[in-house]
Amino acid sequence: MIFFVLRRMLSAVPTLFVVATLSFFLMRFAPGGPFSLERPLPPETMANLMRTYHLDEPLWLQYVYYIRNALVGDFGPSYVYKDSTVAELIGSGLPYSLQLGSMALLLGLLGGVTVGTIAALRQNSFIDFAVMSVSTIGITVPNFVVGPVLTLIFAIGLAWLPAGGWGDGSARYLLLPVITLALPQLAVYARLMRGSMIEALHADHVRTARAYGLPPRVVVVMHAMRGALLPVVSYMGPSAAALFTGSVVVETIYSVPGIGRYFVLGALNRDYTLVMGTVILIAVLVIVFNLLVDILYGLLDPRVRHD
Amino acid sequence: MSLLSLCKPAKFGLALLISCSALLAGASAQAESVLRRGIVGEPNAFDPAKASLWHEYYLMKDIFEGLVSYDSTGKIVPGVAESWSTSPDDTVYTFKLRPDAKWSDGTAVTAHDFVYSLRRELDPATAAMDPRLQFPIKNARAINKGEMPADQLGVRAIDDHNLEITLERPTPYYINLAAHGTALPVNRANIEKDGSKFARPGTLVSNGPFKLVEHVSNDHITLAKNEAYWDAKNVKLDKVIFTPLVDQAASVRRFEAREIDMITGFPAAELGRLRKAFGDEVRVSPSLTVEYYVFDTRQPPFDDIRLRRALSMVIDRDFLAKEIFYDSAKPSYSMMAPGIPAYGAPSKVDFADLSMIDREDMALELMKEAGYGPGGKPLDITIRYSTSATNEQAATAIASMWKEAFGFNVTLHNLDLASHYGYLQQGGEFQVARASRTPEYADAEATLSLDLSSQKTYNYGRYNNPEYDALLARSYTEADPSVRSATLHKAESLLMHDQVIMPLLNIGNLWMVASKVEGFHDNALNEHPSKYLSVSE
Repeated sequence: MIFFVLRRMLSAVPTLFVVATLSFFLMRFAPGGPFSLERPLPPETMANLMRTYHLDEPLWLQYVYYIRNALVGDFGPSYVYKDSTVAELIGSGLPYSLQLGSMALLLGLLGGVTVGTIAALRQNSFIDFAVMSVSTIGITVPNFVVGPVLTLIFAIGLAWLPAGGWGDGSARYLLLPVITLALPQLAVYARLMRGSMIEALHADHVRTARAYGLPPRVVVVMHAMRGALLPVVSYMGPSAAALFTGSVVVETIYSVPGIGRYFVLGALNRDYTLVMGTVILIAVLVIVFNLLVDILYGLLDPRVRHD
Repeated sequence: MSLLSLCKPAKFGLALLISCSALLAGASAQAESVLRRGIVGEPNAFDPAKASLWHEYYLMKDIFEGLVSYDSTGKIVPGVAESWSTSPDDTVYTFKLRPDAKWSDGTAVTAHDFVYSLRRELDPATAAMDPRLQFPIKNARAINKGEMPADQLGVRAIDDHNLEITLERPTPYYINLAAHGTALPVNRANIEKDGSKFARPGTLVSNGPFKLVEHVSNDHITLAKNEAYWDAKNVKLDKVIFTPLVDQAASVRRFEAREIDMITGFPAAELGRLRKAFGDEVRVSPSLTVEYYVFDTRQPPFDDIRLRRALSMVIDRDFLAKEIFYDSAKPSYSMMAPGIPAYGAPSKVDFADLSMIDREDMALELMKEAGYGPGGKPLDITIRYSTSATNEQAATAIASMWKEAFGFNVTLHNLDLASHYGYLQQGGEFQVARASRTPEYADAEATLSLDLSSQKTYNYGRYNNPEYDALLARSYTEADPSVRSATLHKAESLLMHDQVIMPLLNIGNLWMVASKVEGFHDNALNEHPSKYLSVSE
């Protein structure tokens, strides 16, 4: 097991390197730069800025500098948020995104697994159809629609909850963004769970367990659930990475101070270092979660063992 | 209510009554006056040298105070300087600083602070975002180019309270530049001690009506009243909380939920609904911004003035203003917007007052002479604009106007903001492109100087008319304000006649201001310092 983890971590190094290199050069192909504003800067100002941020040097040299600094954990200053470094920006926003993301993941996972299981057990019943139609809506209606609708109902219409902002970080402020973020995930988990549960209920070992006369609850939870969870677990890796790094839509709708917006705003503003920082963060999270998923797999499925 | 009901048992004893009234007095003294302002984005910096965006200057001007500043009606008023005088030829400004101006750490604001700050702004090592605005100061441009040391700047402290600024040439509008965000003072000791981290809550030393106390990126920026400020007794707010609201629809919802007291920049399409729901709390007033299309004169046939004028004539600007901007914008036929007192009414293009029908007839005639359109050659035109719903609607409308009038085939090409302007500023070739201009200071020169042939960054269409250049040059040496204004008007008329720039609309300032906010006045400059605002409960 330890060797498996070590091997995976070692193989992550070249992956990260390729990701960093590709995104570094791809960014630079886009026209404009961090100082291209609607109101243009005169050439001398532009020259001073380019010199200060070493953007006037050959691209390969900038790349060498970037990699060298990144290796010692220096991801550079933000070209747009000039008082801050990339590490500071990500460091200050990440806790918000993590909190929001983990709650949404939990809600999506627990809700999805429960609902999916119920639907599978009552296959083709009214409940099943209801769950599946609602989850189809959950997947197809984008969160930039769900978010404003929830706000209009609960914040403006009923005035029960705030329309946005993080406030003191209490449940009042988190409820709507967590629900908006979790809904599509919940829907995906529910569908996955229903499908795999139906399959698992027809598996040989479950039929055997039934034949032994075990109570239905034990059959479902102890025997069917274990195998049925596998597809859910494999979806969890990318889903968690996406949720933890924030969603630009949800953060913008609810003014959540997370890092999701940095992916999009950073790219639009050509804030090269900020984009690089967030890309590397996502890559690391995806690698870590995929590793965790593989370990979980081993625990759930005796046929998968990491020796 | 709750305090009063608490006081009811007080009838049982005088002592209790006294303590209760003391409690009440204490409570009213503690009730904080807080204004919650929405701004259109996260500020990129709190260091005035690194700011350049409008919403950043709102914050800067609350935190710092320049020699002069703007009041709530957009008028220049004394700031750190209590008075000033100019030499007869407008080349030397002498400011008398008030003796009671203080930094938030209690030390005095002196003329030396301004010498330090302006040198810092222009020093190439600072890499300031907008030093151009201080280029009228003697040697400023050479210093910013690195050709001269910063101590050669034409700014001198006569003594602690008298400051002399020498300019390159007569600059009657310099006082507007002294009020600009780029001329705000920074505290030398603060910068020398805290380096690049000086402009942070808890560290930043400032001299404005408010000081920076808290900043959570993308969530809020809290300013508190600066008790050391010389005019603190006239500052009515205890706190101003700025919330960056990037999404316009979200900012409207925050206002509707009464979580934010003032927002700006909401979708014009919502005006009808919002006016119905909020009445006078919705405020629309003309700004100094002009939205225009520019033709690339390097690209035939757009080097032909007849074709450009014909294309401009058939654009129904009233339609654009009404249907796409919901009357929040006004049709524009001039490069300048009205609202600059020293300049007066802008000079419109000659066909501005003709009816659409007359203009269409003239346009067909001109287009025929140019050899295009009905009976002539066909033409494919590409309009470039930065991605936004409004820009797309306007481009679609203009495309159909050109198609209807001349049968031209128009293609739309949109890029994100940075790409669009990056392309234009790097001299990329195009046919027609959308842009907008807001003068950086209240003088026609701010806008008109951008179309000089020597101007390579701003002059996207490469307008090149020696007569225009000569008129601008004459305005720079003219000392008589009325002659200078007339010269600039002549230049504007010429620019409009040539129609390399085709103005479309004078955009409006859109605000929603809760009725409990007092002291808010619409003004074309869109200056709304928190110093003059208050909140009634």
